[in-house]
Amino acid sequence: MKHVAHWALDVATTRGATYGDTRIVAHHSRSLTTKNGKVSSASDTESVGMSVRVLADGAWGFAASDNLSRAALEATAAQAVEIARASARVRQRDVVLAPEKPVSAEWTTPHKIDPFTISVAQNIDLLLKVDSELRAVAGVTLAETNLNFNREEQWFVSSEGAYIHQTKYSTGAGYCAYAFAGNEIQKRSYPNSYGGQWQNKGYELIEELKLLENARRIAEEAVGLHHADQCPEGTFDIILDSSQLGLQIHESVGHPIELDRVLGMEANFAGTSFLTLDKLRKLQYGSELVNVVADARQEHGPGLGTFAFDDEGVPAQCTPIITNGLFTGYLSSRETAHTIGENRSGGTLRAEGWNHLPMIRMTNISLLPGQKPLSLEQLIASTDQGILMQTNRSWSIDDKRYNFQFGCETGWEIKGGKRVRVVKNPSYSGITTEFWNSLDAICSRDEWTLWGTPNCGKGQPQQVMGTGHGAAPSRFRRIKVGSAYKQN
Amino acid sequence: MLSTEQAGDIFDRIRKLSTADEVEVFFSGGHFALTRFANNTIHQNVAEENYVVSVRTAFDKRTARATTNKFDNESLRRVVRASEDLAKVQHPDADLLPMADAREAAGSAGDGARATHATWRYFDETAAVTPQLRAEGVRKIVNVAQSHKLTAAGIFSSADSLEGMFNSRGLSHWHTQTLAEVSVTMLGEDSSGWQKANSPDVRNLNPLQLAETAARKAIDSAHPREIAAGKCTVILEPAAVLDLVGFMFWDYSGMAILDQRSFLTGRIGTSLFGDNITISDDVTHPLQTGAPFDGEGMTRHTVPLVEGGKVNRVVYARATAERMKRSDYKDKVGPIEATGHGFPLPNEMGEMPLNIVFASPKNPQTIEQMIASTERGVLVTRMWYIREVDPYEKILTGMTRDGTFYVEDGRVKHGLRNFRFNESLVHMLSNVEGLSVPLRSCGEESFDMVVPAMKVNDFNFTEVTKF
Repeated sequence: MKHVAHWALDVATTRGATYGDTRIVAHHSRSLTTKNGKVSSASDTESVGMSVRVLADGAWGFAASDNLSRAALEATAAQAVEIARASARVRQRDVVLAPEKPVSAEWTTPHKIDPFTISVAQNIDLLLKVDSELRAVAGVTLAETNLNFNREEQWFVSSEGAYIHQTKYSTGAGYCAYAFAGNEIQKRSYPNSYGGQWQNKGYELIEELKLLENARRIAEEAVGLHHADQCPEGTFDIILDSSQLGLQIHESVGHPIELDRVLGMEANFAGTSFLTLDKLRKLQYGSELVNVVADARQEHGPGLGTFAFDDEGVPAQCTPIITNGLFTGYLSSRETAHTIGENRSGGTLRAEGWNHLPMIRMTNISLLPGQKPLSLEQLIASTDQGILMQTNRSWSIDDKRYNFQFGCETGWEIKGGKRVRVVKNPSYSGITTEFWNSLDAICSRDEWTLWGTPNCGKGQPQQVMGTGHGAAPSRFRRIKVGSAYKQN
Repeated sequence: MLSTEQAGDIFDRIRKLSTADEVEVFFSGGHFALTRFANNTIHQNVAEENYVVSVRTAFDKRTARATTNKFDNESLRRVVRASEDLAKVQHPDADLLPMADAREAAGSAGDGARATHATWRYFDETAAVTPQLRAEGVRKIVNVAQSHKLTAAGIFSSADSLEGMFNSRGLSHWHTQTLAEVSVTMLGEDSSGWQKANSPDVRNLNPLQLAETAARKAIDSAHPREIAAGKCTVILEPAAVLDLVGFMFWDYSGMAILDQRSFLTGRIGTSLFGDNITISDDVTHPLQTGAPFDGEGMTRHTVPLVEGGKVNRVVYARATAERMKRSDYKDKVGPIEATGHGFPLPNEMGEMPLNIVFASPKNPQTIEQMIASTERGVLVTRMWYIREVDPYEKILTGMTRDGTFYVEDGRVKHGLRNFRFNESLVHMLSNVEGLSVPLRSCGEESFDMVVPAMKVNDFNFTEVTKF
């Protein structure tokens, strides 16, 4: 593919580009879903194409095409340069890239079982067995399951001499049981809501998730919510399970640390950030227990933000984001690194597919587990009065990432260190830094899970990206609970 | 752009490659370009061309889909085989219907619905927009920002696209259209303003006017004050209305009723909203966009969903209609007939209305008139990060954004810090005091619609944020 990419890069440089890179991408996905005892969708999708990103006259241009003929590649490169020249008509200063040593490299997501080698019949059989377990519980009115597999092969070639060939696999699976009765729809999901658990792994993830073993319990919990009391409203200590905490990290740490947001580049759509540059290494983001990293390296785990190189050829790195509660780092790119005094990108630029521009995206933004041994049950036992909330149902946060509100599928009221009753419709809200400063306990490594968020939207045109979030159940003191259902 | 003749040739090749009982081929794609600016600079500027062919095969009662963007013989052979391999291992689905022929696709959708006709939505002027022309539009916006000491961010995009369908029962459709869009955010020291518009015809867009309006909002909302959250009268501009009400239209679906996940389950035929709310789905409306056929090639019919606050009916794909006719709900859901709103098969969601049009009120008010008649209230430019809190009461949460104002004694007084709301759509649409003439509107949380501005009583703000 190197020579193919150079057809485009040679045209770009001949026409005046001072920098250029090309990505050629072949993507293959499979999606299987069932609903109430039947396969509701079965689809395979492949998409192959290339893009050219250039700097000319100090400004960016980008063009992409599904046509990989030499003529089309050269025309696409010429178009990218023309677009860059148009960009240069409205600019305040030239784009300057942080230096990066070009490398030649090959990398593939470590995986035991290529998910595309597992027969569709076997996959459907598994999903229908789960479906059957869910619907065996009286009161379940809708059962949905899903399996998803992705393989993306990318060749990245730059005018600086980089040549990087990466093949990434990701796998996802989950299900949910709905129970409609009276004037209420309740649901429970496993292992997480909105598509279940996703990781950069092969089919071995499906075997690890124990989907079938948990189906009956989840269905019973969904139906049981109709007999539960409404979650009380007021100020409580809350314990978040690791999946809900993963989303809390995503929304109230992951997005505000994106340097493009901070610099106003996303102001029209995704918004800006309260984390203005003056707050770096000065803001007490959370309590001293809070340690968050942005870690794209394989040793962090098989998160959806794990890779060897980002989409401008920068190696995967680990950036300390919050260190003992202090705000210490942003997610950066070659274009933005200088704004925080760095001479190298943090390696976070990624694109959806071949036809989108790479942009700063979360890698694996994880809250590190507590150092002292602490299980969820021990954490509950040490809580005098509180609410345990499990599995996200709704999420919302303002466009500077201050005020948030989350709803969960189910909760437990805790009194005297014991779970005393299930409560339905639990929700909590707060202000980001006040919330993270109220954290007073994090469970240890045994309770830590690296969750996948496969559907993070950002950019114009909007791109969807997978991100990873490691978290262990944690406790937050004196949090506002129940505003979602409050009628003044 | 891919031509209908080229697509027909690809379909013929796919038919020859397939051993299935039936074959359906769906084409989509086109050119898309977007110039993005922030900090008064064009910082991203992209263009792409892509065409996709999606092949659905059916063997007796089994079906599946495979998709590729490569049209060479080997790729077509592979996509047909993938579709067939997936279909063959399905369990038979008794609800799966044979593919529609042209006569059925034209069909009737029962009481109150009417057939649609193709609408011209392709403009050469939009298809011919260049990066230089978009940059010129951005320059005008940035000039407005700089003249007011503001910072501009936004987009100017242009696209031409196609949707086409062929099936082995002789059905064929082809639709092309263009779309241009401008969105502007103006940022001040402690305030912001926003405007957005789109149209198939780029000549209908006025970047300068959008920039001036967004700038005025940023200037007028500077130094925002905080007032306590609580129930109050709100004046929602059309974009704010659109982003809220969009969350209920997934539920105007026969499949959603059968799945018991719709807030309309048990409520069709009731006066759920105020008598000033009338809503239809109408792809032929002159301010609407989109193809006049659905994912199975059925003609989209105009469907009156809500009349005078009473929910009359929902939309149906073919198979959903047949299932509904056999269900316990059949006498409780109004007319049951395929309406041309199905998603491409196979899918989980069935169908939904995507061309929403609110009817003009008998006595429309301008936003200025709504403000003039308000003793105390809040004027909202747009909403943000809306999510569903309760699916049956349709409680939504979200934030105000980019221009929130305090109204007192009939005048806009000053900017406000933004609110979080937790509001039921059922409650909101039952408390609409006034409506404007509906406009084509676009937001960020829902699809484009023809909606009015609304003055709503007792809107439930629950918290205030820090800006």
